[in-house]
Amino acid sequence: MDFALVVGIEILNAVASLMLISIGLAIIFGMMRIINLAHGEFLMLGGYAAITATKAGVNIWIAMLVVAPLVVGVIGVVVERCVVRFLYGRMVDTMLATWGLSLLLVGLVTTIFGNTTAGISSPLGPVLIGTYTVSLYTLFIVFVAAMVGLGLWLLLKKTRFGLIARGTMQNANMAAGLGLSPPRVYMVTFGIGAALAGLAGGVLAPITGVVPTIGVAYVAKAFITVIGGGASILTGTISASALFGTVNQLATFATTPVIGEVALLLAAIVLIRLLPQGITDRFFRRSL
Amino acid sequence: MKLERRSALKTLGGAAAIGAAASLAARAAHAAGDIPVASIHDLSGGLDIYGKPMEDAMKLATEEINAAGGLLGRKVKLISYDSQSNMQQYTQFAQQAALKDKVAVVHGGITSASREVIRPVLKRFNTLYFYNTQYEGGVCDRNTFCTGQTPAQNVEILMPHVMKKWGKRVYVVAADYNYGQITSDWVKKYTKDNGGEVVAVDFFPLDVTQFGPAIQKIQAAKPDLVLSALVGGAHISFYRQWAAAGMKAKIPMCSTTFSGGNEHIVLAPEEADGLVTAFSYFQSVDNPVNKQFVPRWHKRFGADYPYITELAVATYQGMHLWALGVKKAGSTDRMKVIQALESGIDFNGPSGKVTIDPATHHCTLDVHIAEVKAKKMVVLEAYKQRKPIDTAAVCNLIKSPNENKQFVIKI
Repeated sequence: MDFALVVGIEILNAVASLMLISIGLAIIFGMMRIINLAHGEFLMLGGYAAITATKAGVNIWIAMLVVAPLVVGVIGVVVERCVVRFLYGRMVDTMLATWGLSLLLVGLVTTIFGNTTAGISSPLGPVLIGTYTVSLYTLFIVFVAAMVGLGLWLLLKKTRFGLIARGTMQNANMAAGLGLSPPRVYMVTFGIGAALAGLAGGVLAPITGVVPTIGVAYVAKAFITVIGGGASILTGTISASALFGTVNQLATFATTPVIGEVALLLAAIVLIRLLPQGITDRFFRRSL
Repeated sequence: MKLERRSALKTLGGAAAIGAAASLAARAAHAAGDIPVASIHDLSGGLDIYGKPMEDAMKLATEEINAAGGLLGRKVKLISYDSQSNMQQYTQFAQQAALKDKVAVVHGGITSASREVIRPVLKRFNTLYFYNTQYEGGVCDRNTFCTGQTPAQNVEILMPHVMKKWGKRVYVVAADYNYGQITSDWVKKYTKDNGGEVVAVDFFPLDVTQFGPAIQKIQAAKPDLVLSALVGGAHISFYRQWAAAGMKAKIPMCSTTFSGGNEHIVLAPEEADGLVTAFSYFQSVDNPVNKQFVPRWHKRFGADYPYITELAVATYQGMHLWALGVKKAGSTDRMKVIQALESGIDFNGPSGKVTIDPATHHCTLDVHIAEVKAKKMVVLEAYKQRKPIDTAAVCNLIKSPNENKQFVIKI
């Protein structure tokens, strides 16, 4: 019984981690049709921002939850202004440009921090579940993911900015005709996507540690989740994370981490074969 | 002037002769100049935690040899390659060292996977090879010398020590490549020999960073102790997550790899304290040679050098053993040096006396058991002059000098 509960927590953790690493990409891809191949590097920068700030004496919570998203959000806005804004509507070109950007970022960070694993201890202690102990930080990640989901939903559904953003994504010309400025909306949306990537990188840093090349490990999973989720940004990402995270973790418990990864990829292949447009093409069609 | 064919030919011939003479002269100058020595270590990427101190050890040993007058009246020139934690680079650099640099010896390779990449290359091109890493044992190749310890030297003493302390049920977590797999077989053997049982073995690829399910599985199995043969930067996450889950207070841990990559410095004391490990060298080993060696190292690389690792000292000793071989042979010729080394050369190094075992090309050396305490390794027990009996049981290069394989333990 306790073991089932513990397995459940680890599954929740995997789902939450998947959602956190994918949501920034989902926003940038889902709303602006930009394939951001530098997404993994945004996560990596978030990790370095959190670790560097913590080592410089900043409170670890502020470092992870404020500094990391802020730093990467600003970087995201700069990237949007300097590179991406010239490429809206040219999907293949954005891939090339952001891939180049990802190589540049890996190179820059390697030059500054060296190609070595950096890390910080995770805060919070263990929590007792029956005869098992689980890191409380695991539950914290689930909490952060839930807050991000809720916050995004409120932002897009309940605020004026959310309405403007959704309107601009649907028909930029009409929005411009109504006196709005699509370039500004794009800039802010890109910044939010980048900031969420930074947040994910910061929050995961105490668990995994960071190296300049860690983005590669993230970006593939993030893309699989976003594609598997389909058109709806929030529902799609959450449902795909739930599916892939559960499959991955159950297989890992039953066998080894290697088989767990294989199971995740197999699930993705089967899903895309059955639902080429992702989960939200068939289910939850009108959701956000 | 009319150019005649005959005179033109003469001129050309003369030029060719001069050219040939010049290149011969250059080769002769090369022969009388520095002795090139190559080192191939991962100085970047996930394995750089091991490679950087090993490279520093090569530098220090080379400088010491040169300061003492060099070898055979010539200076030793170190050619360093960074294999970037990438197996393809190993092949390329091994070929470059053997064919382009024509080095007298190659020191290098960290993981057993990388050793098995460069060992055949250097064997084919007749270039002497030193592997200076503790590993799973069994390499039997006359062209190769292994100066690190093997399971019969460390696991054999580690298992009874920790089982007496903590109990008989052992759970093994290991890196998923030849080192982890073969070492975990040795752990099974020595656990059984001491009346215990290995309840489960889990393998992790070198890039795994999420150990949540693994930690829960260990809790479910309720072992008396956990043995870690995890390797590299990504696997450091295991110790972090283990401590964060509160497991450190519940199940004690020992390791065959911990501190080899400065894990005890990178991790906080509350994450690492109490972990027990067995190596030939710890910085705190108490002997006269080490007392002088540590300040020398700090003077060369800075007083804030984090920690002098087992692998660094094995590399340092490997380089000095090779130099003694060259001196005794009076030549850098590969076969002459091998024969000189096979005479049973010994070197008093920081880890104690190291002697080359002629039959296996491994070393007889001192092994120590130590515990992590506040970012330091505290030596608990010392075992003098342990022979590489695991490799000796299967390999005899005196009887069959043409042997060329790695023997693997059968359970």
